[in-house]
Amino acid sequence: MLYFLGRRIISALSVVFVTLVATFALFFVAPTDPAGAICGARNCPPDRLAEIRAGLGLDEPKVKQFTSYLEGLVAGRTYVNGGVERDCAAPCLGYSFKNDRPVLDMLKERLPVTISLVAGAAVIMLTVGVTIGSMAAKRRGTAGDRALVTSTLIVSSIPYYIVALMISLYLTIFYPILPRGQWTSPFDSPGKWIAGFVTPWLVLGLVNTTQYVRYSRGSMVESLSEDYIRTARAKGLSDRVVTYKHALRTALIPVITIFGLDVAGMLAGAIFTERIFDLPGLGQLVLQSLVNYDLPVIMGTVLISSIFLVAANLVVDIVYSLIDPRVRLS
Amino acid sequence: MTEPTPDDRKDAMSETAAEQPAEAKRGPEVATRERRQGALSPSGETPYLVVEDLTVKFPTADGVVSAVNGLSYSVPLGRTLAIVGESGSGKSVSSMAVMGLHDPRRSKITGSIRLGGDELVGMPEADLMKVRGDAVSMVFQDPQSSLHPLYTVGKQIAEAYLVHHKVSKEVAKKRTLEMLDLVGIPNPARRFNQYPHEFSGGMRQRAMIAMGLVNDPKLVIADEPTTALDVTVQAQILDLLNNLQKEFGSAIVLITHDLGVVAEMADDVLVMYAGRCVEYGTAEDVLANPRMPYTWGLLESIPTVSAANERLRPIKGLPPSLLNLPSGCSFNPRCPYKDRVKGERCTTDLPELLPVDGAGLHTSRCHLPDKASIYETEVLPRLG
Repeated sequence: MLYFLGRRIISALSVVFVTLVATFALFFVAPTDPAGAICGARNCPPDRLAEIRAGLGLDEPKVKQFTSYLEGLVAGRTYVNGGVERDCAAPCLGYSFKNDRPVLDMLKERLPVTISLVAGAAVIMLTVGVTIGSMAAKRRGTAGDRALVTSTLIVSSIPYYIVALMISLYLTIFYPILPRGQWTSPFDSPGKWIAGFVTPWLVLGLVNTTQYVRYSRGSMVESLSEDYIRTARAKGLSDRVVTYKHALRTALIPVITIFGLDVAGMLAGAIFTERIFDLPGLGQLVLQSLVNYDLPVIMGTVLISSIFLVAANLVVDIVYSLIDPRVRLS
Repeated sequence: MTEPTPDDRKDAMSETAAEQPAEAKRGPEVATRERRQGALSPSGETPYLVVEDLTVKFPTADGVVSAVNGLSYSVPLGRTLAIVGESGSGKSVSSMAVMGLHDPRRSKITGSIRLGGDELVGMPEADLMKVRGDAVSMVFQDPQSSLHPLYTVGKQIAEAYLVHHKVSKEVAKKRTLEMLDLVGIPNPARRFNQYPHEFSGGMRQRAMIAMGLVNDPKLVIADEPTTALDVTVQAQILDLLNNLQKEFGSAIVLITHDLGVVAEMADDVLVMYAGRCVEYGTAEDVLANPRMPYTWGLLESIPTVSAANERLRPIKGLPPSLLNLPSGCSFNPRCPYKDRVKGERCTTDLPELLPVDGAGLHTSRCHLPDKASIYETEVLPRLG
């Protein structure tokens, strides 16, 4: 187990490293000009531009910039700007080009919003999706099953941002049946926190549920036809126990893989949902940083996304070994 | 379909009435010959399981699959009935019907299945659940796929006990350990907490048998219990079943295509072809004096050590499609003897299941006039 974890963490770190290199390289390959953006495109005197560049550290060689970034990440670094020294302790993610705030603080501020959003939606999509999917699998071939599969296909075929936007527009603004999206810390006011998230949870959760209905239906159809399900029924177990204990346990294995990766992806930025429901989460930060060529923030969000992704993979593998005794972590 | 002559009818009726008073008391209901035959096992003992005129059909998009057609048999306690036939002959389907394991929405079952007097066909699912695994249990073919891979063996067996007994988990565990010991699994306490993949094939089948017997069932249906096992392990498993039957006194329905297994285990034998019984009698009758070309074909296709250099003698042709059974005798397209029956009877008339010697309980379904002499002079020499 320890050996397994050690090996996996090393491979995870290398994935994160490669992702950072790629992001950094892509940033400079693209026609980006952060200093120009800060200075203003028009009437920017060349010496002012150079000054800003130097202040941001963009005048140094690219490789040096990247190694300093890594150094800051691991050991912390000191920024010197216009004679002012600032200590940035490890893990130092640098300062935003745009508003000069520490990137770490910005991420810390945004993360609870995204985590709140994703946690609620994830609970909905897994529980509702698996329950409906299992029910459909048991009734496969019936009119109800076909109607369900067709309707989930239709919902998943409409682009998500249209569904979300329409619901936001019609159900929270024109006909305010559902509360509007709003961020309140659950520690300040749990009630307001829930109220502000109900609509985004339902929209993000239920739209994704349609996929989980199909995954879990397919997986359940397969596991319900296994020989050991016949054995379970031959023992005299009730239909409920056979379906939701014996069949579901094996059917969950493939569903959990997809779920783990989906959750990681959503944490990395539920951009549409956050934007449409006006939630100041990571996704919005990604969007702003891209518009502003804000390299430290881009790097910070990429770093945290890639960590989510490798962590999710690791968690999925560990959960596997808990569900399936045939899987050994070695 | 040819009707039996009135004389046949009278013979059989007086015979059943004499040997089976319980059956006679069921009143003046007009029973067909097959039903009366089914109600009586070839040994004449009072049966525990009675299957009468059982028909199982599966409606599919291509048409109705007639998997079992008018099957009748019975098994008394303490006896073993072997149901023999090729794949698709309906042997497993008919036993699944006895367990009530067919999805009612996908199958149509008619006829009667009586277990100790209780009618199972049409029994509500809630009542059927109480019978399944308790009075009747099933040992499946492939223990690798028939055990749940994600639960420990002990838990799976204890679960079977707990469904039918209101006892604590500790009591169920104790019972499970007893059963594991009884079926010859060494070190039950350790094995209890292991998963199926940690068991060998033979041990898995022993565990399946322990699960099948944990509730002390009166009827055990063993669906090809040795097919997935090594030959050496096969013999052990058969011995185990034999010994356990002596100890528990249960009736066993053994489904197999292996006539070697039949010879070792069975008291009675029922040969199935295309969903119908084609020959039924005691093991001695059927194996030593078979009276149906299909049974002859099965016997001839057994490879023998003394004839090691000879080619195998398979039954030519393939089993018929159950969507579209041949008219007349289902076996006629493959039967090497059909020319010896006058006229086209084999292709037009379905033979009745009739006593081979005019009376008695060894029956077969064949138009051939002189089956006994053909067997003695032609088939027997080929069997070596």
